[in-house]
Amino acid sequence: MPEQPDFYTTTGNKSGLWSWIFSTDHKRIGVLYLFSLLVFFSIGAAFGLLMRLELIAPGKTIVEAATYNAFFTLHGVIMIFLFIIPGIPVSLGNFFLPLQIGAGDLAFPRINLLSWWLYMAGGLMALMSLFLGSGPPDTGWTFYAPYSIRTGTNVTMAVSAAFVLGFSSILTGLNFVTTIHRMRAPGMTWFRMPLFVWSLYATAWVQILATPILGITLLLVVTERLFGVGFFDPAKGGDPILYQHLFWIYSHPAVYIMVLPAMGVITEIIPVFSRRTIFGYKAIAFSSMAIASVGYFVWGHHMFTSGMSDTSRAVFSFLTFIVAIPSGVKVFNWVASLYKGSIRVDAPLLFSLSFIFLFSLGGLTGLIMGSLATNVHIHGTHFIVAHFHYVMFGGAGFAFIAGLHYWFPKMTGRMYSERRAKTGWAFLFTGFQLLYFPLFILGWQGMPRRYYDYLPDFHPLNAASTVGSWILAAGLIIIFFNLLRSIRNGGQAGPNPWGGTTLEWRTSSPPPAENFEVAPVVTEGPYAYHHKKDRIL
Amino acid sequence: MSRGQDTAGSRIGMWLFLFTEILLFGGLFMLYSVFRSKYAVEFHRAAEDLSRTAGTINTLVLLTSSLSMALAVAAIRRGKKNGSLIFQGLTILLGCVFLVIKYMEWSAKIGQGIYPDSPALLGLSHGEILFYGLYFVMTGLHGLHVVIGLWALIFMLASTLRGTISGARFVRLENSGLYWHFVDTVWVYLFPLFYLIT
Ligand code: HEM
Repeated sequence: MPEQPDFYTTTGNKSGLWSWIFSTDHKRIGVLYLFSLLVFFSIGAAFGLLMRLELIAPGKTIVEAATYNAFFTLHGVIMIFLFIIPGIPVSLGNFFLPLQIGAGDLAFPRINLLSWWLYMAGGLMALMSLFLGSGPPDTGWTFYAPYSIRTGTNVTMAVSAAFVLGFSSILTGLNFVTTIHRMRAPGMTWFRMPLFVWSLYATAWVQILATPILGITLLLVVTERLFGVGFFDPAKGGDPILYQHLFWIYSHPAVYIMVLPAMGVITEIIPVFSRRTIFGYKAIAFSSMAIASVGYFVWGHHMFTSGMSDTSRAVFSFLTFIVAIPSGVKVFNWVASLYKGSIRVDAPLLFSLSFIFLFSLGGLTGLIMGSLATNVHIHGTHFIVAHFHYVMFGGAGFAFIAGLHYWFPKMTGRMYSERRAKTGWAFLFTGFQLLYFPLFILGWQGMPRRYYDYLPDFHPLNAASTVGSWILAAGLIIIFFNLLRSIRNGGQAGPNPWGGTTLEWRTSSPPPAENFEVAPVVTEGPYAYHHKKDRIL
Repeated sequence: MSRGQDTAGSRIGMWLFLFTEILLFGGLFMLYSVFRSKYAVEFHRAAEDLSRTAGTINTLVLLTSSLSMALAVAAIRRGKKNGSLIFQGLTILLGCVFLVIKYMEWSAKIGQGIYPDSPALLGLSHGEILFYGLYFVMTGLHGLHVVIGLWALIFMLASTLRGTISGARFVRLENSGLYWHFVDTVWVYLFPLFYLIT
């Protein structure tokens, strides 16, 4: 193959920073997003660590109650709206969606760039809400009315930030849907698409269909604060419960925006490291779509104690159990794909297996909360905090890290140190369990969330959890240090270090600006490992 | 890196975008239906104070503008640049007329002391407070969309003059037209819900 210059050296007519922040190349935008995400994640993680430090002992340790309130709000807003919702789609998705379907770029490259700019604007607004106005927001990331309308803190800014971020997310979603419909390589039928693409497709639909509801809800919070219209204010005839409905109509589907792409990443990694085709391709593809659609009708399970009729509670609870089925389907498919495979436990698979384990724990505890009686007992406790960290961090977060390792050679052309990656994993996984598992027990015993203080009885487990947060932080540092260092120092990776069969492995690492030297033609499904022996790549 | 334009792709993108817009308004329509079923009588009473004449005229104005928008697209398809320019101009003009009438309606209401959180409004019943809240927020958001639509159309007019929109490449005009029709359609629902429920 005559080597074409890779996309890092093809800067077009711009140079330096400009060749990044004004580039319409999906790969550059993906890398841009990746670093932006890393920055915001670090800020969010710092808030998390500070909160854990405060909770190391009962009473005031390092901050006042009001500061703690600002901490969990900003931690939540950053982690949700700036890290995990955009997360995998905008970084890995942006980079690999066109590659995996054999396209040259996304359908609307300029809109892609616009969504990065909106993302940055939203991110800066969220950070500015910390310093500007009358103090950082203290409502929690859910902005529940009527408190969010009455509090004197800078909620308007934070809410507007989330609105702008939502707009960015919508644009990414419609870009992806259009790309998948229009830009597939010749021969790439729907059922020959890699399952990561399927998961991005389902995610993009959720982004398109759910985010506008968040948009209007947040817009209403702003109008309430500025003009006092009264939709959510009982004194004027409004109803705060309506706010909760509107909020969760978006924010529940949003958890599928977080987790579907994560599942897609895992589905890519498992066949490669067990040298087997994926078990139940169609079941996985359809379960993504099933999760995306049933996921719309379960928002009420966040509001079991807010005031709803018994009938609607029963219905929401039932649907919550239903939505667990497609997730279960996936877990069984992954495990079945590993069965009798020739497994190599490299870092990407290690993180993927941890994903399956942690996500299952998070998912199963979700069922505990989904049943009405137990929900009343654990509502608003640290049980919830443990649950959503298990699904969002143990799930989506671990999958993100798995994907980063898996595709790192393709993105940079280099290999990271496998030994360091595994050390980092060991710290991360141990720290994670020590940090979050005690919170299940504490929550079950009745420790509420969103307080900077607790009863002395809860001290030992809280101290353990805080120690866990340090181990976890060490793990994160090792992992990111390893990756960042290897961008320069890693050994050459070659086009296909893992022996993957999807299209991105057929081009050089890093890919040329045009992605493929010869436009690929697809003749078979994505995970054709069964007749791998008699094929030359 | 332009690789020819994919007209069908652009259309899909636009329709998806319009869909998100429908959902954006959908949240407000949901609030409307909840409050209307809770305060049916008060809604009824409050609606009597809106000017049905102004509403009707505005409906006619917008519907006509949709017609001229469609004609502008039809003209460019057949390569008739001047015809298209005239109809685009007419659409913009009608859009402005709509905004002027809307402005007069709003200022009349505000002149009477009826606006969100005003002392006069807070003196009324809960249902009426919410009715006017919805009225201002929904027509306000709609008005904002009219303004955005007008800017888009002005931009299209300029592109048509410069020739970047022509009989061979008109998908952008078509998409702006779709947006404009969408804005009109929203009004077609707002009109009966606020003016005709008496
Ligand atoms: C660096 C690791 C992390 C630590 C130490 C950490 C710690 C915490 C703590 C102590 C709380 C507050 C509990 C309370 O008092 O209610 C919290 C809340 C939260 N965390 Fe994390 N977290 C971490 C990572 C993450 C990640 C990766 C995500 C999402 C992907 C996340 C999402 C959230 C959310 C949404 C809340 C709720 C905020 C609210 O109550 O409004 N966290 N976290």
